[in-house]
Amino acid sequence: MPSHPRPTSPHLQIYRPQLTAITSILHRITGVILAVGTLALVYWLAAAAMGDQSFDTAQAIAGSWIGRLALFGWTLAFFYHFFNGIRHLAWDAGWGFELPAAYRSGWAVIIGTVVLTLLAWIIGYAARGGF
Amino acid sequence: MANQRGLRNELGRVRGLGSAKEGVGHWWHQRLTAIALIPLSLWFVASLICVTGADRATVAHWLGSPLNLGVMILFIGALFYHAVLGLQVVIEDYIHGHGSRMVLIVLVQFAGFALAMAAIISLLVIAFGH
Repeated sequence: MPSHPRPTSPHLQIYRPQLTAITSILHRITGVILAVGTLALVYWLAAAAMGDQSFDTAQAIAGSWIGRLALFGWTLAFFYHFFNGIRHLAWDAGWGFELPAAYRSGWAVIIGTVVLTLLAWIIGYAARGGF
Repeated sequence: MANQRGLRNELGRVRGLGSAKEGVGHWWHQRLTAIALIPLSLWFVASLICVTGADRATVAHWLGSPLNLGVMILFIGALFYHAVLGLQVVIEDYIHGHGSRMVLIVLVQFAGFALAMAAIISLLVIAFGH
């Protein structure tokens, strides 16, 4: 046993949150959300395969307020994982490792996610001709 | 030049599998499916927007096009492969028990392939009818 307390490595609870760390963990969280979301996709496709009645039920669930809320969350998770995935591919290619570049691309991912999510829903509602 | 050979023995160098003991196969397939999913997932989201609130006949008409059906099957394949590879990394990082980690990875892989199969069969039934 050490005779006096040893310095410990920085712990999540005392570590100042940084954009680079948050975008990193969000990539995993949105990836898991999207993976779970595939269950809904398979249900929707299976319902369409089974017939009119089951598909109408699936569409009613998707169109309910809780369905729309889940789909909106799914859209946010999708565009986040999409843009941050491209950011990761750029890093894999050796581009954008400098700290200012990593912060710029991080903010670009967040802004792109919000803008594209809103745009997708505006286009979706416009295509349906309202709510 | 003994120090240039490093700590890896000759057999390990020839196999080229590195310290992870499996080479870059997992890493590479995750990137390949990621690249494939850039156009495929954008196409899928655009298609979803077009069929919001649609009835079954509209969806069947959309999948009646061989191009749409083919791209949709490619999307399902890339999506589930990418999801299984990604979930495997998450499980390996956060589940520390040997047994539970192995069981979870196997379950995720089986579920991923079963769901992909269910999605593709559904697509074929929608496109070609009963």
